[in-house]
Amino acid sequence: MIDFLNSIIVLLNFIIIPGISYGSQLALGALGVTFVYAILRFANFAHGEIMSFGAMITILFTWFFQSQNIGLGILPTALLALPIGIIATIILCIISDKFVFQYYRYQKSVPVVLAMVSIGVMFVINAIIRIIIGTETIKFSDGQKFIMKAKQFKVMTGLNEGLALKSSQVITILITILLLTFTFWFLQKTKTGKSMRAFSDNEDLALLSGINPDRVVFTTWVIVGILACVAGTLYGLDKSYKPIIYLNLVLPIFASAIVGGIGSPFGAVVGGYVIAFSEIMVTYAYKKFFVYLLPNSLEPSGLVQLLSTDYKFAVSFSILVIVLLIRPSGIFKGRVL
Amino acid sequence: MMKFERYEWLAITIMISLFIFVGFIQGWSVSLVILNMCIISAIMTMGVNISWGYAGVINFGVMGFLAMGGLAAVLVSYPPIAESWQVGGRGLGISFALLVVLVIAVMYINKTVIQKRNRYILNSLIIFFGILIIRHFYLNATHNIEDVNPAIAGFLGGLGLPIIFSWIVGGLFAAGVAFVIGKVALGLRSDYLAIVTLGISEIVVSVLKHEEWLSRGVKNVIGLKRPVPYEIDLQNSDWFINLITYLNSSKLNNIIDVSDKQQVLNNLIIDGSGIFVKLSYAILFLIVMLIIFYFANKAQLSPWGRMMRAIRDNETAANAMGKDVVKQHLIIFVIGAAIVGVAGAMLVTLDGLFTPSGYRPLRFTFIIWIMVIVGGSGNNLGAIFGGFVIWFSWIEAAPLTTFIINQLTAGLEPTNALKLHLLDSVPYFRYLFMGLILLLILRYRPKGIIPEKVRHS
Repeated sequence: MIDFLNSIIVLLNFIIIPGISYGSQLALGALGVTFVYAILRFANFAHGEIMSFGAMITILFTWFFQSQNIGLGILPTALLALPIGIIATIILCIISDKFVFQYYRYQKSVPVVLAMVSIGVMFVINAIIRIIIGTETIKFSDGQKFIMKAKQFKVMTGLNEGLALKSSQVITILITILLLTFTFWFLQKTKTGKSMRAFSDNEDLALLSGINPDRVVFTTWVIVGILACVAGTLYGLDKSYKPIIYLNLVLPIFASAIVGGIGSPFGAVVGGYVIAFSEIMVTYAYKKFFVYLLPNSLEPSGLVQLLSTDYKFAVSFSILVIVLLIRPSGIFKGRVL
Repeated sequence: MMKFERYEWLAITIMISLFIFVGFIQGWSVSLVILNMCIISAIMTMGVNISWGYAGVINFGVMGFLAMGGLAAVLVSYPPIAESWQVGGRGLGISFALLVVLVIAVMYINKTVIQKRNRYILNSLIIFFGILIIRHFYLNATHNIEDVNPAIAGFLGGLGLPIIFSWIVGGLFAAGVAFVIGKVALGLRSDYLAIVTLGISEIVVSVLKHEEWLSRGVKNVIGLKRPVPYEIDLQNSDWFINLITYLNSSKLNNIIDVSDKQQVLNNLIIDGSGIFVKLSYAILFLIVMLIIFYFANKAQLSPWGRMMRAIRDNETAANAMGKDVVKQHLIIFVIGAAIVGVAGAMLVTLDGLFTPSGYRPLRFTFIIWIMVIVGGSGNNLGAIFGGFVIWFSWIEAAPLTTFIINQLTAGLEPTNALKLHLLDSVPYFRYLFMGLILLLILRYRPKGIIPEKVRHS
């Protein structure tokens, strides 16, 4: 029985909790991509950089608050700076729309052209970030690092295996729940949310019913800005902030959005968790887990690892390819908000 | 033979004069280095242009195909490592044979078992256990190979042939990978296809990065043999010394002192040998570029090229006319990827080393796409022009930015924090330039600088 509990703790500690927090970050990112895709109808390659930009502004203000000795006690100061980051990200989104994307929307350009344009935007934001903050790795989490340390847990329960709970993980999960609830409430209950859904379903019909497209687009960018900034900051808080990482993060985010069914917000969230869990589960070495569970004679000799951790990013794309082959429309049929 | 319009001549003249300008300002060696990379970029751009410009098939997997070309360069030219083959060859052979058996078994099941659920269950069972068995042999073999003298070897090595063959092999490698990708992904809508190809290229690179028995992974392969002479050999060969003496005879005759003369001559020979090597590369690359350019133009003007344009402009109509759209898309995707693969092999040839971790999407996929868009998709000369101009500005952005920053902050003290910070971040301004160039071109000249010619025939 103790062995069984130990093995469960191993799973919790190394797979489930990291999976949920990484999945939440991916889900928030994928939700942003999905919004752009469903309303503005293009694949936004700049999304990773928008996330990075939000995180950067948050970091800058975190530093400012830290230098002024303003803090939140046990909570990271970044939470205090997050609203400012969100506002800056929304402004960035609106500016990029006004000066770049709007023109092509009025021209009714094909989605591929808009995707190319977003690559241009990606380069520009990328350059701005690197010019402002450089390319170094930045750790900006402060406050209490662990809610529960592995050692504490061992003492508390008397088990062999420890369960560590980082405060960044808990914050990630809580904020994600909050934000997701808000987003879905907004889409389902408010008038603006309903008009957004109508716009995404059938643009012409929505225009005929008197929905103002500029307003819908504006709201979309506001939501995208919020989601992107929060996702970027949480990722940076949980791991560490490094501008290059966000370009690599775009791929799993796209994978999540497509796997869930692109254009479907619920699908994007599920896709995020699917991708996160498969990345972690496929590359985790299960030796410890089996050592507890199996009798001594059956103990595995190897690491019992399906793929080495080097292939983390490859996993998400293999899943994407498999899903596209078996069920091209994604897990939840996409296209409508 | 094709005729050039006046503005096309203008573009060619601009390209040539840029290099002459750099030659006089920064030296001929720098100019030739940029030229070589420009030619390779132009070939990559032509590869992308063939699939995107002719047929509208998007290919964001440039990085992966380049890496395959690079792998070909290693596998063709590196001398074989007999010991590795001895310890791991058999295991690899067995696992490869088992893999073939596995694939055949899956294909057989797909053919014979009709019921969908049974088919899925059987397939997954066979694949799962098949992979377990293969892994056993495979991991043993690769482990043994990687243990062979890890500091300098630790991989299988290559065939030890002249590296120039790898340019063809690189094309074939890339074509093979492209065939598999195309089979899987080409049915998708264009923006999905972009994301999927981008992701698969990421997978290709991560395989090359981590399968050390094959490519030495992050330990890199260095010291690949060159197709052109080495500087040190040139400096010791009589004909080269005579050539340099002959070329600079008027300058040398003015110097009377013998030891001074020898000194000057030595310097000239060292400089000359570097330039000679780069020039030989440039000539080799130029030949490849012109060959590809010739055939690409030929193909574009042929009935096949016409069919491709028809498919690009209206897929449904082309399909209704009896053209096999799926097959043609696959063909053009593979051809485009093959050309990119050739460029990848050339890139590694030029550097003489293979660094899998150096393949990053920003540098090797998106920049190439900017070249295509800026140059003008659907026009081969435009593709070459785009490759030249963008690579040129990518390199020259740094000196230009330094100059601009120095001008703008001339009033500030040299220790001013802002000035120092800006000067520190000079390398990142090139991304800004690239993004702005792309955005401006897409806005004001969406068909590119040298647009596709509309032919009515």
